[in-house]
Amino acid sequence: MSDTPTTTKLLPKDEAAEKGLVNVQIDGNWIQVPRGTRMIEACKIAEKEVPHYCYHPKLTSPGNCRMCLVQMGMPPRPAPGADPVFGDDGYQEIGWMPRPVIACANTVAENMGIKTSGDLVEKTREGVMEFLLINHPLDCPICDQAGECSLQEFSVEHGRGQSRFVEDKIKKPKNVDIGPRINLDDERCIMCSRCIRFMDEVADDAVLGFSERGTHTTVTCHPDRRLDSNYGMNTIDLCPVGALTSKDFRFQMRVWFLKETKSIDVNCGTGCNTTVWTRGNQVYRVTPRRNDDVNSEWMPDSHRLAFHEVQGENRLTDPMIKVDGKHEITDWNTAINSAADALKEFESSEVAIIASARQTNEELFLTQGLADTIGTENVATVERTGEPDGKLISADRNPNTNGAKLLLGDSTAKLATIKDGLNDGSIKALIVLNEDLFEEANFSHDDLAGAELIISSHIIANKTAHASDIVLPGASFAEKRGSMVNVTGRLQRLNQAIQPSGNSKEDWEIIRDLILAINGESNDMYMIEDVVKMIAENVTEFNGLTFSKIGDQGTQLIETGVEIPLLTKERERAAAGIIVG
Amino acid sequence: MAKVTKLTRPTLNKSDEVYLIGIFKGTLVTLKHAFKSLVGKSRGSESLKSSGLGVTMQYPEEKWDDELPEYYRGAPALVTDEQDRERCVSCQLCEFICPPKAIKIIPGEIPEGDEWAKVEKKPKEFEIDMIRCIYCGLCEEVCPEQAIYLRKDYAITGTSREEMVHDKERLYEIGGKRVGLVNKWNNLK
Repeated sequence: MSDTPTTTKLLPKDEAAEKGLVNVQIDGNWIQVPRGTRMIEACKIAEKEVPHYCYHPKLTSPGNCRMCLVQMGMPPRPAPGADPVFGDDGYQEIGWMPRPVIACANTVAENMGIKTSGDLVEKTREGVMEFLLINHPLDCPICDQAGECSLQEFSVEHGRGQSRFVEDKIKKPKNVDIGPRINLDDERCIMCSRCIRFMDEVADDAVLGFSERGTHTTVTCHPDRRLDSNYGMNTIDLCPVGALTSKDFRFQMRVWFLKETKSIDVNCGTGCNTTVWTRGNQVYRVTPRRNDDVNSEWMPDSHRLAFHEVQGENRLTDPMIKVDGKHEITDWNTAINSAADALKEFESSEVAIIASARQTNEELFLTQGLADTIGTENVATVERTGEPDGKLISADRNPNTNGAKLLLGDSTAKLATIKDGLNDGSIKALIVLNEDLFEEANFSHDDLAGAELIISSHIIANKTAHASDIVLPGASFAEKRGSMVNVTGRLQRLNQAIQPSGNSKEDWEIIRDLILAINGESNDMYMIEDVVKMIAENVTEFNGLTFSKIGDQGTQLIETGVEIPLLTKERERAAAGIIVG
Repeated sequence: MAKVTKLTRPTLNKSDEVYLIGIFKGTLVTLKHAFKSLVGKSRGSESLKSSGLGVTMQYPEEKWDDELPEYYRGAPALVTDEQDRERCVSCQLCEFICPPKAIKIIPGEIPEGDEWAKVEKKPKEFEIDMIRCIYCGLCEEVCPEQAIYLRKDYAITGTSREEMVHDKERLYEIGGKRVGLVNKWNNLK
């Protein structure tokens, strides 16, 4: 109503209030943040770092590390009867408080001022750091956390550099075995209580707690229990110092040598986002990566340690052909060509393909292409289910069931047809991709006796590989690129962290070569992007998608209505204001 | 500011310009040294501990090893302390800093029950590829445990590449025991 002369210009506080925001001055700059935002989050929005140990957005804020102290100010309360005075810029003058406040557990208010630097704040941080380091053992050379330790980082940034402490340090238990996968070093602990809160609030297994008092305070496990929850290893990632360390990764490699590759977990339908840590051609550890639509910041221990399997002794590294009942190592050309020649001996209806919902979308698409080239309609996938844990582990243990449904249609039912076909002799040749028939598919040796030819692709040696005439070694999750669709219908990306082991090859290339060897055409697909492009052109749901459009956080492809229980709980807690989320 | 002195070229007279006198003087000096070296009085023979015959040091019969200064940078080696404990805890900082990537460490754990179990960590394997090593001394400088030192061994030879890789055993053999260093893992620790 600018034409009515009575209207005055709105004050910034009223402008913000209309949108549910408040004005906050951070280091001299005014920004608007949602009402109820924690001061530390407001500083993050303003791109000002506030050092902290105990605060974690996914956990409650006890405010006990005192590292996030900042200076805060509010407009002075007007005298009785007086009106607040607004300056030319529309803001009230800020009266700075003489003592610092913690930024993690306080929320912002209208016209609040926050200083994340300045004499008071810097002096406070230096003091807090000095107290935290009083009893710290300084065994960085033997500590696995060195290199990713908040205590090291903030000590360099905010510490005083030299210790004034001349007394003897407090002795506490070191190298304590508190769980099957975790070691505790109490001397390194700075009492942030993140692990205690995680086990209580997220893992629902409150086995950790503080005992003793004062400088003797120690984190301890319940005397009758061990830290053996399947989510226990998340406390290792949470621990800002080296108090909780992984037994599996213990003394394996210093973290500064490791290369991080963003990837996803392939052990169940949830597809937890992960970071794969590698050096040379070896995976050293896998840690969860934040994705608020999939796994929050956590992942189950069982899935985290599953990478060891593909680096074990049973890893297949060379293509093999069975000669007189014994597998002999051969080269890729021979293996692929003899596979193609052998397949040509059969009628197209006599050939069946058992694909896997553990394959990526690209591999599944080419598998359908392989079926079309052969001319068979017998393409099945194997269902793999388990007990869901009510948190992150899904009942569906295949990582790409939804992808298989989109690209192969409903293929699980055809498994029984193929089995019958093998028994009545209508199916004589099998192509098995990344699936052990004896395990989940419940095939017996009698069932396979009907197969005159078995061509299979595997990562590790198993009974099916043993029974196969031609074995083609594929690449593990860390060795290839591809995309998968998780239980909620989210399309996520696998990235290549290392090279395929030995002479093994990325699976999509194996299937492509097999197709080319059968139809005798020349290759026009050199990169996996070419396959992605073909999927985008041929499958409606994938229209317009490329690898880069999937992004590190994935993109919602379809709606399945499935919810991840841990996220549901987390969102409830965030809505109730217990956590930031 | 450093003081700058400008030098001017000397003005030469006629006899200087023909060089003959200069050449003759130089020849005399050369002949003097040639004569001295023939009668066993060559210059510097005392510090070289040579016979005084000839001016070239007859390496390897003659060596200058005793003259090497304290800061000489020869082959890097690992040292043990007074109690024969391996000082190295395999923190891998030397592996990280090494410019030619000559160092390779595989860390290991000190088993429970060991006298030094509180140190928790020691190298399982420690290899320095002496073909790669450039004797820069950064490993010694970066070591937080005073465990690696550049010794005075400079004649590192071998007949194969494998032989030129010093393993843990060889490194402790060269390094030996080093006393008087900071006793970080003392009783208070």
